[in-house]
Amino acid sequence: MKILVCLKQVIDYQVRVQVNPDATGVVTDGVKMSINPFDEIALEEALRLREAGKATEVVAVSIGNASVKTQLRTGLAMGADRALHILSETAIDPLTAARVLLKIVEHEAPGLVIMGKQAIDDDCNQTGQMLAALWDRPQATFASELLVDGQTARVTREVDAGLETIEVDLPAVVTTDLRLNTPRFVKLPDIMKAKRKPLDESPIDSYGIEAANAAQALNYAQPPERKKGVMVDSISELVEAMKQRGVL
Amino acid sequence: MSRLMIIAEHDGKQVSPNTAKCVTCASQMTDSIDVVVFSNGAKTVSTQAAALTGVSRVISVNASEFDHPLAAVLAPQVVALAGDYSHVLAPSSSFGKDLLPRVAALMGVTQISDLMSVEGDHRYTRPIYAGNVVLTVEANRDEPLIATVRVASFQAAGNDGSASIAQADPQPISGSHTRFVSLERGNSERPDLQSAARVISGGRGVGSAENFSIIYSLADRMNAAVGASRAAVDAGFVPNDMQVGQTGKIIAPDLYVAIGISGAIQHLTGIKDAGTIVAINKDPDAPIFEVADIGLVADLFTALPELEELV
Repeated sequence: MKILVCLKQVIDYQVRVQVNPDATGVVTDGVKMSINPFDEIALEEALRLREAGKATEVVAVSIGNASVKTQLRTGLAMGADRALHILSETAIDPLTAARVLLKIVEHEAPGLVIMGKQAIDDDCNQTGQMLAALWDRPQATFASELLVDGQTARVTREVDAGLETIEVDLPAVVTTDLRLNTPRFVKLPDIMKAKRKPLDESPIDSYGIEAANAAQALNYAQPPERKKGVMVDSISELVEAMKQRGVL
Repeated sequence: MSRLMIIAEHDGKQVSPNTAKCVTCASQMTDSIDVVVFSNGAKTVSTQAAALTGVSRVISVNASEFDHPLAAVLAPQVVALAGDYSHVLAPSSSFGKDLLPRVAALMGVTQISDLMSVEGDHRYTRPIYAGNVVLTVEANRDEPLIATVRVASFQAAGNDGSASIAQADPQPISGSHTRFVSLERGNSERPDLQSAARVISGGRGVGSAENFSIIYSLADRMNAAVGASRAAVDAGFVPNDMQVGQTGKIIAPDLYVAIGISGAIQHLTGIKDAGTIVAINKDPDAPIFEVADIGLVADLFTALPELEELV
């Protein structure tokens, strides 16, 4: 079985994101970029399935400008067998991404597609579900456990009520939650080895995709910060302060 | 004319407060609000939905396959009804996040996630970058608006409505490639974390699953829900459904008490709409004190029993 893993380049999770001066986006110049952490978990899970003999090949795909090759090389260094770079100079919305990924899926015919439940930049939490819909295949979102058994997968999902387990026929789309696994560190020799692994580039226009009619971004703003309140010295003062605020 | 449909979230017995919050959001968009309840004959859910202030009509669609909300099963059903509507909303809960993008893709339209305010006709705000940036968007007027609602940003609608309840037949059921197996629920004795007026949360500083009993004890005394930081969940002190933060539940209680929680950004994202934040932590430099309305540097194992005596 082949597994397709989707990797999105995002601003590193440790960077404190700043809105640019004209409020048309966030500052990206000189800012560290990384693989979306949830996608890194997706890749780790695919690699573990290959190592367990449940999958034979792991293919990483990313849509973005020339710089996303860095993240694809990191994915290859982690252990992906090959990578696909869909070159797009402009950022695309989740529905357009899902339409492009459907083309890839139709060509690659994977048994599983794994990606993060959301990207930590736009926080949309849509692409996996949209791909599953267009592909007319099952989706198992917010996965914290993934067991592949022949033609089905049993997936435990982190839902608001607790942990839900579903069974899906393969092929299927799985989106990852934080507790699925802890991704491995990349070792230096693997970075060298990754340079020789195949990384194929194709322009997004070559897929004949109709871009979705996404909402227009009008303004980016930093939200108002909560102000620091009072520090008290004892529980009795704490209770008094709570009473004054009318919360006790 | 705009007509809006809300996909009701429920557990088969009660309509979720998340649905009541969607109604409040919807009321800022239009006067014509229908709530669709997909269930296996959950009459009380439809009755409760019909009582929500502002709802025009409840549409009840029943099938045994709707016993558990599987997106693959429900999405085609939603699409079959959505043709009559200019807006389709669902809460930005694990239910709505799972279902609505599948609906949007089947309809060939984009979705706006986590809508947090209505700024005008087709103009909304939503949080991005874990809530560190607020984005204002204008949706395309030529397509139906498909959006999930950030429930922490809206009050629940009242209960003095009296909408009619219509029955609708389900479409032929599809999605048999996806099957429900089980649901392991967390503790349901206490107030619901998502909607409670008071929440007491514990973090890594609590130290162990056993030690969490002092959090539960205080919560019961104050009739509060219990939450936890991601660190406490990852350490195995408490189950995942108690996690508060960007990747857990985003909540807006009147009172939030953070015990032994340092206050990582992703946790603060989940509580920034709380009315009053109280923090108790032994580390005076913990970031939680930068956002707390009332802070106390203290050892929680001596402070909590004392607090429990006084509240």
